[in-house]
Amino acid sequence: MMYSEKVMDHFMHPRNVGEIPDANGIGEVGNPVCGDIMKIYLKVEENIVKDVKFNTFGCGSAIASSSMATELIKGRTLEDAWTLTNKAVAEALDGLPPIKMHCSVLAEEAVHKAINDYRVSAGLQLWDYKEHDDIHAQVHGN
Amino acid sequence: MSGRSVYLDYAATTYVKPEVLQEMLPYFNVNFGNPSSLYSISSVTQRAIDRSRERVAGAINAEREEIYFTGCGSEADNWALKGVAFANRRRGNHIITTKIEHHAILHACEFLESNGFEVTYLPVDQYGFVDPDELERAINERTILVSVMFANNEIGTIEPIREIGAICRNRKILFHTDAVQAVGHVPVDVKDMNIDLLSLAAHKFYGPKGVGALYIKKGIKIDNLIHGGGQERGKRAGTENVAGIVGLGKAIELAVSEMELENLRLSGLRDRLITGLMKIPHSRLNGPKGFSRLPGNVNVCLRFIEGESIILLLDSMGVCASSGSACTSGSLDPSHVLLAIGLPHEIVHGSLRLTMGSGTTDEDVDYVLEVLPGIVDRLREMSPLWKEYLREEIKV
Repeated sequence: MMYSEKVMDHFMHPRNVGEIPDANGIGEVGNPVCGDIMKIYLKVEENIVKDVKFNTFGCGSAIASSSMATELIKGRTLEDAWTLTNKAVAEALDGLPPIKMHCSVLAEEAVHKAINDYRVSAGLQLWDYKEHDDIHAQVHGN
Repeated sequence: MSGRSVYLDYAATTYVKPEVLQEMLPYFNVNFGNPSSLYSISSVTQRAIDRSRERVAGAINAEREEIYFTGCGSEADNWALKGVAFANRRRGNHIITTKIEHHAILHACEFLESNGFEVTYLPVDQYGFVDPDELERAINERTILVSVMFANNEIGTIEPIREIGAICRNRKILFHTDAVQAVGHVPVDVKDMNIDLLSLAAHKFYGPKGVGALYIKKGIKIDNLIHGGGQERGKRAGTENVAGIVGLGKAIELAVSEMELENLRLSGLRDRLITGLMKIPHSRLNGPKGFSRLPGNVNVCLRFIEGESIILLLDSMGVCASSGSACTSGSLDPSHVLLAIGLPHEIVHGSLRLTMGSGTTDEDVDYVLEVLPGIVDRLREMSPLWKEYLREEIKV
């Protein structure tokens, strides 16, 4: 098996799967052509991530990365949640195979998109976010 | 992990049959003499190799002197392409192959392109068939070699080899076929089918890994790929893998003798599995139905979900399967075969290949049909594409 036990655990028993009907922040990244789509739903109350759920189309590490990302930001302040990095997701999963690192990038991006989506709907200023263009190009070509 | 174990990846590799292993064993420790040596214990190994060569020749209707042992199927493919191309480059520099070949052919062709050769990659139809007329139209005055696989490893399509062989014979162009998935599974006759070169590998028909063969019709000009000692009549250097060669010979003889009955049995299992899988909503069969499909091959696409996830969940239920999904290949490129039959990327990502063989039973088919629908539901339940489809945002 190429995956760590942690990855397999989050793949076999993903946390926070589903949709939040009254979500106030949604972030979707990826596309079906590349073979992975991640959609993160946030319910933010008083600057806290009260609830978070995900839907993912993708491989084992994409599903595990989504699951881990939701666990890492649940109950945190928006400022804390914003500091989530792909490295943190991968480390929390006890590592991902090099070829699968882009899955953790997708998780980071989906969370950031969802947070900014919330900030727009709440009339707040967008936070600056730089997408990992290099990894995308490396994985999916240009 | 469930207690059950169902191996459905026979196209990837097979186990070694006990009678094959039995015949190989003495050549590891008792009859270990180097076949090239002069003392008498080496004549035993030399005779064993000759006997194996006869068995291989008999299985494909070739002559004994036309069989050359190699280290694997990929070596046989590389040798055929590079050896013929370089030996015949005064006659021309054009090679015709297909878009659905194994990478051993495709990457060897890319190498030849970087060395001044031109390669035409023929398209295939929606079932994976090459059109012989289109192949004939692709021939020009510089064409020296045609290489078309006998049967496709992913979707099981059996190509019109006899027709292609006849065209090549008429146009005086050499014809190679990668028959790694076909030999031992469907009838192969190099004389009747006008085949000039043919690759095969032992581990696809219950022989050991690490040994293959190239059939080279007498009189064909081909350069060596492996240079060194005088083994294989000076055409393929390297001390012979004697036990492997013995295993290949036994396995091919066994496979051919059991072929007719085994084909009937496997195609019955195959068709039952296909019928069952087609009951899963939004599933599609890849490749043809009936006699022009390898008896043990099933390949389907399951929409809105991704192949690696399916494989991992199947594995957790004890089922070994494979996928043409990008995520399982290690290269992140989705199956070139499924793209070549016209499927869009997003559908290719949800492909599943189940290949059956000697150990596959009716109960195995039942078991897969019992567990797979639940796995598909579970993955669709967390797929945003499925949710969009349910909300009618995606049309099918």
